[in-house]
Amino acid sequence: MDAMTLDDIIGWKPLLTDEERTIRDSVKRWVTDRYMPRITDDFEQGIFARELIGEIAELGVLGANLEGYGCAGASHVAYGLACYELEAGDSGLRSFVSVQTSLAMFSIWRYGTEEQKQRWLPEMAAGRAIGCFGLTEPMHGSDPGGMTTRAVRDGDDWLITGNKMWITNAEFADLAIVWAKTGEDAASIRGFIVEKGMPGYEAHNIPGKMSMRASATGSLVMDQVRVPDANRLPEAKGLGGPLRCLTNARYSVGFGVLGAARFCLDQAVAYTQERTQFGVPLARKQLIQQKLADMGARIVHGCVLGVHYGRLKELDALHHVQVSLFKRDACQTALDAARDARAVLGANGITTEYHVIRHALNLESTYTYEGTHEIHTLALGRALTGESAF
Amino acid sequence: MKILVAIKRVIDPDARIRLNADSSGVEEESVEYKVNPFCENAIEEALVLQGAHGGEVVLVTVGPEDVTQTIRSGLAMGADRAIRIEGVDTELDSDLVARILHKVVERESPNVILLGKQAVDGDNNQVGQLLAQYMGASQACFASEVVLEGEQAKVTREVDGGLETISIPLPAVITADLRLNEPRYASLPGIMKAKRKPIDVLTLDELGVTDTALKIEVLSLELPPERQAGSMVESVDDLLDKLKNEARVL
Repeated sequence: MDAMTLDDIIGWKPLLTDEERTIRDSVKRWVTDRYMPRITDDFEQGIFARELIGEIAELGVLGANLEGYGCAGASHVAYGLACYELEAGDSGLRSFVSVQTSLAMFSIWRYGTEEQKQRWLPEMAAGRAIGCFGLTEPMHGSDPGGMTTRAVRDGDDWLITGNKMWITNAEFADLAIVWAKTGEDAASIRGFIVEKGMPGYEAHNIPGKMSMRASATGSLVMDQVRVPDANRLPEAKGLGGPLRCLTNARYSVGFGVLGAARFCLDQAVAYTQERTQFGVPLARKQLIQQKLADMGARIVHGCVLGVHYGRLKELDALHHVQVSLFKRDACQTALDAARDARAVLGANGITTEYHVIRHALNLESTYTYEGTHEIHTLALGRALTGESAF
Repeated sequence: MKILVAIKRVIDPDARIRLNADSSGVEEESVEYKVNPFCENAIEEALVLQGAHGGEVVLVTVGPEDVTQTIRSGLAMGADRAIRIEGVDTELDSDLVARILHKVVERESPNVILLGKQAVDGDNNQVGQLLAQYMGASQACFASEVVLEGEQAKVTREVDGGLETISIPLPAVITADLRLNEPRYASLPGIMKAKRKPIDVLTLDELGVTDTALKIEVLSLELPPERQAGSMVESVDDLLDKLKNEARVL
């Protein structure tokens, strides 16, 4: 029989709106035309394609699912599909968009003052101001409530001191959403817009990464940075503030990694149709088909879940446990798919030419960032039992 | 300045197609449609000209209701409004489309009519030329550069072995070649705005096209032969031998 496309098996096209389909096509085309020709070099050199930020902004994906302030106001499903296509390019590209949109812009959009929104969101949607999100610290990852970064009141200002680690976009960010304790406990956590150029604020690149090489991952060093109270996000109080931002971003991670998985499956299928061993195409071998079927089935499950949860998000009825499940399983699916695709491609699979090893390496990061696989497992376990095992 | 851009949807050029049972056409069940690539060049040029001279960009296409998505992707690039003429793909040929477009031109009185030089499905390359004939207007096909100067259009055309630059009076029909420009990507805000842009729907009757007879009948279609798998050669001598004796190209 004729081969079916993965889209046909997912069966999502009839369920999407025309806008959602068009948005996906447009992003896919941009990634294919403008990003794919350079990604291998970028990855090898360990750089993020900053020259493309203007084009990414023109495409309208920055702040895509936010309303107002120069943002597109697209549906959450449309934004998810955009992430799906961006990450088919590279996890670094999607991470740039996720951090700008779902963490930095969302923090201001959700917790900021009208003045903060007016000042920053249109600039960020246009790609003229780039944001990063500082929650994780060198010694506090899965347990952000243990953070040691402090904001101390000084007249009309705050003095912020502390270090943040594993911060996407840090190196070139114009503003950092920094979460700091204003007292002793996690309830005292507040969010601040720290601007590049404020004395005592530095951002550094983290060298030596073998994953997310085409993404700028860095650290923030803050020594008595004087930040006006007008830069505090007034609506965020306690750990719930940054956690809600992360829930928002994890949704885009889930969709994104499935796009990378889809890319790896496509590569594997195409390769096995061409590659002949023992006189027949590899695609005709049962052990190969088993791998492809397992990959395909799990990607289909992930995409179906993504659209379902996207629609719930549009109803504002998406629970953070659902997002934990989605992010956790999508990242596992994608990592397994990339590794299996690598195996199916044999020795060719380890070269950058076929891209699957790059995805496999990147997906080691997505497995761990934005809440590790293990932490999301505990979130789901707690939801099922009512017992916390953190 | 009013610019009318006639666009056509084509089956996604990257998708695998199947023929229908009697090989008279392509299986349309579950195929994806895209704007014909040359039509995107035409839309892009219209938007560039609008940027320089102001005015309005109007899209027009002939097709059933589900062609609306194709129209929306053109509107998402930035066109102002669109007209859809009710029609069925299999009941159209280049001549009928040109006569339909002629009626649309009479209604809209555009200064410039832009089209793709041809559609990548049928590769007919006729509608622009036929339309100019019906209008009694000048035409400049295979345009690689368009400059509007007053009531004239200066158009550089890609001809065999070089370029030809001509000047023609407006209103004129210009068909776009691939190198005319690089079509913009429809942006997310553009796509969202396109939802609210008006699309007028007209029937052939309302337009005043009474003769719907086709001049061309498609007798049959055939898929290209399946590609054979390649094979590795051990040496240059092997290769030469195969080229001489198997492929017989040397």
